Amino acid sequence: MGLKLENVTYTYETGTAMQVTALEGVSAEIPDDRFIGLIGHTGSGKSTLVQMLNGLLKPSSGHIYYNGEDIHGEGFDKKKLRSKVGLVFQYPEHQLFEETVLADVMFGPRNLGLTEEECRKRAVEALRHVGMEERFFEQSPFDLSGGQKRRAAIAGVLAMRPEILILDEPTAGLDPRGRDEILGLITDMKRQLHMTILLVSHSMDDVARYADRIMVMRRGKLVYNDVPLEIFKHSAELEEMGLSAPQITYIMEYLQARGLQVRADLLTVEEAAAEILKHRGELHV
Amino acid sequence: MFKDITLGQYYQTDSLLHRLDPRIKLTGTLVFIISLFIANSFTGYLIAAVFLITMIRLSNVPFSYIIRGMRAILFILFITMAFNLFLTPGEVLVKFGIFKITREGVYFAARMAIRLIFLIIGSSLMTLTTTPTQLTDAMEALMNPLRRFHVPVHEIAMMMSIALRFIPILMEETDKIMKAQMARGADFESRNLIKKVRSLIPILVPLFVSAFRRANDLAMAMEARCYRGGEGRTKMKPLVYRKRDRIAQLILLLFFAATIGIRAAGHWFPVI
Amino acid sequence: MIKIKKLIHDYLRRDEEGNVQETVRAVDGVDMTVKPGEFIVILGHNGCGKSTLAKHLNALLNPTEGEVWVDGMNTADESKIWDIRQRAGMVFQNPDNQIIAQVVEEDVGFGPENMGVEPAEIWERVEESLKSLNMYEFRKKSPNRLSGGQKQRVCIAGVIAMHPKCIIMDEPTAMLDPSGRKEVIRAARGLNHVEGITVILITHYMEEAIYADRIFVMDQGKVVMSGSPHEVFGRVEELQSLKLDVPQVTLLAHELRKKGLGIRPDILTKEELAEALLGAAGSGH
Repeated sequence: MGLKLENVTYTYETGTAMQVTALEGVSAEIPDDRFIGLIGHTGSGKSTLVQMLNGLLKPSSGHIYYNGEDIHGEGFDKKKLRSKVGLVFQYPEHQLFEETVLADVMFGPRNLGLTEEECRKRAVEALRHVGMEERFFEQSPFDLSGGQKRRAAIAGVLAMRPEILILDEPTAGLDPRGRDEILGLITDMKRQLHMTILLVSHSMDDVARYADRIMVMRRGKLVYNDVPLEIFKHSAELEEMGLSAPQITYIMEYLQARGLQVRADLLTVEEAAAEILKHRGELHV
Repeated sequence: MFKDITLGQYYQTDSLLHRLDPRIKLTGTLVFIISLFIANSFTGYLIAAVFLITMIRLSNVPFSYIIRGMRAILFILFITMAFNLFLTPGEVLVKFGIFKITREGVYFAARMAIRLIFLIIGSSLMTLTTTPTQLTDAMEALMNPLRRFHVPVHEIAMMMSIALRFIPILMEETDKIMKAQMARGADFESRNLIKKVRSLIPILVPLFVSAFRRANDLAMAMEARCYRGGEGRTKMKPLVYRKRDRIAQLILLLFFAATIGIRAAGHWFPVI
Repeated sequence: MIKIKKLIHDYLRRDEEGNVQETVRAVDGVDMTVKPGEFIVILGHNGCGKSTLAKHLNALLNPTEGEVWVDGMNTADESKIWDIRQRAGMVFQNPDNQIIAQVVEEDVGFGPENMGVEPAEIWERVEESLKSLNMYEFRKKSPNRLSGGQKQRVCIAGVIAMHPKCIIMDEPTAMLDPSGRKEVIRAARGLNHVEGITVILITHYMEEAIYADRIFVMDQGKVVMSGSPHEVFGRVEELQSLKLDVPQVTLLAHELRKKGLGIRPDILTKEELAEALLGAAGSGH
């Protein structure tokens, strides 16, 4: 069933001269078992939107439904919602606090009121899913490397066994190796656990490879919500929003402009190479 | 939630009060606070009120903005008032259960409220119109004589200005950490005191870790920019007394004299 | 401008009694010469030693072995330490943790104040450096109200106001969004081109490296590759084995070469690719 947003608007500092509309009339559906990319420039409202989805913020108007139930309706269990819709914030390693990695990951399950045994079981499972080796379990989270800290923090949310996992810029500040590792991890988790992933990012290149649907936000509005190839046809508009299409799109569009009749709606280097080779006769090589 | 705290944050605009020498603003605030405790009569408070309102008008800071900052300390205000209201012995006005409100209680509570509100508006007016750098420059200048007694005046001033700069950053950070822990099911709404205190640990530990990291980074950045203490340092904005500062000094003196005068007059002629 | 001779840096890890527990070699025999006016990029993963190296150039660290010379001064010479720091300015990763003052112009003036520059001249320097970074209109603003890219430009202005000959930027873009990243890199290139300031940019984003005069790639404390961008990026397989990013155009060209097209291996831009594929004759547009 998943999540459904219906005409959601959010304003803060309401009633003052400084009133800001962070979200305006956003309607969308996030069905089960999908990989969705949420893209937008800083201040486009994407962070506000994800905080709406697990009830940390309440819409000024409009409704959000989880499995058909209004999450701000009477008698709705918000704590349960937060365990089902897991939210990993930007730089999640900044939330680590316990003495050991394992204890830190157990924090979420403990808050759900599970038995100690069950908490431990879930924590160990979550740590395995993020590829954390057992020898780190009893270490202080503060002694881990940057990439490992981030994994531990993601495990902390995963241990609540969410059905939908939202990750806000999970690769921010990581080097290319760390970035590839985390993105690989996310796709593995998706495949094994069949959860819905909502990946928030600035980088089209990161999202293009994995997402089966992309939502683009601009100034609080949802401007595009489509499959990646359709989105990248708007490379000029994306550029204007301070975003960009994947690098491959630009390369192929440029070759087109230079007179080579290649398709531009491709995502990977291999596809692009194959496409160029189809036009081998026109090349001066 | 912490974005609401405007208390003590510099408000950027141009006004006479903004341009005034920070030393006179600092002494002025001190004089104003002292006079609040000297004044004990309606006339005394009225003069203080007129003085304060004039200053607010001169500051170009919207009154609503100042009031908004007050919200954060409303709680403290209510507690103090409640203590005064219920715990002052004297002539009983109203009584319900074990609580009783006395005439003296009302009187004290009102006086306390006026003093507190004026004090907070007065001192926040200073920080609203003075950049922390100016403020610490002023403190450094005014405390300079203490150097003779080996008080690290420059270091104290630098520490204060850095603390002020990082308050909003750490506030925002607290907000973020709180939300992150709430996303992991943390409950900050528990009524149980022990639970409440325990629920702070997941916020305080990450906050301290972050503060230490920032302090470390900042120290390195300052060193890289040739910071080596107050010795041999020049000032981009040296403090210079101008004509308007001397006029301000005079006005301040008159205000203080008036407050003392009224208190004295009240002593001798209790009618006023 | 800068001469590094066989630099070695060991970090010592001590136990609670202060005894040395282990030594970690962060920089391992690095030789490097930087000429005045050059734009140098140092690429590498987190933990490869590039940040440690940077701190040596500003005399924030002292060599365990070897020597570092900045503008003819040895960084081990205590009496020259402040001259070195003025001559070789430094910008760090997190702009929030480098800004000292609550008003932009006061922060830019902080360096010159520390150097004991006369007030009138400080004002001149502040104005001129803010202008050269296009931040003059923000001079009265609070840094908290600026975007990440703007904050980082304030930090750069703060260094420029000290009139350095060289500026070392240690991952200045790692915490910024794509538009902030572009702003900062544009600023760095501007300073290099217009003012002739030597720039040493440390990064793990390869797209920031293609404008460099020379690139050094570091891994495990050593310089493993160096040369012009064309030389370095031409070695696609080596870069990939280091898990570093390669521009997608270069990858595409590499893929095409593997498939038997006889094009140059060191293609860095889409223009170069078009020329290689279509020849100068293809530039009909």
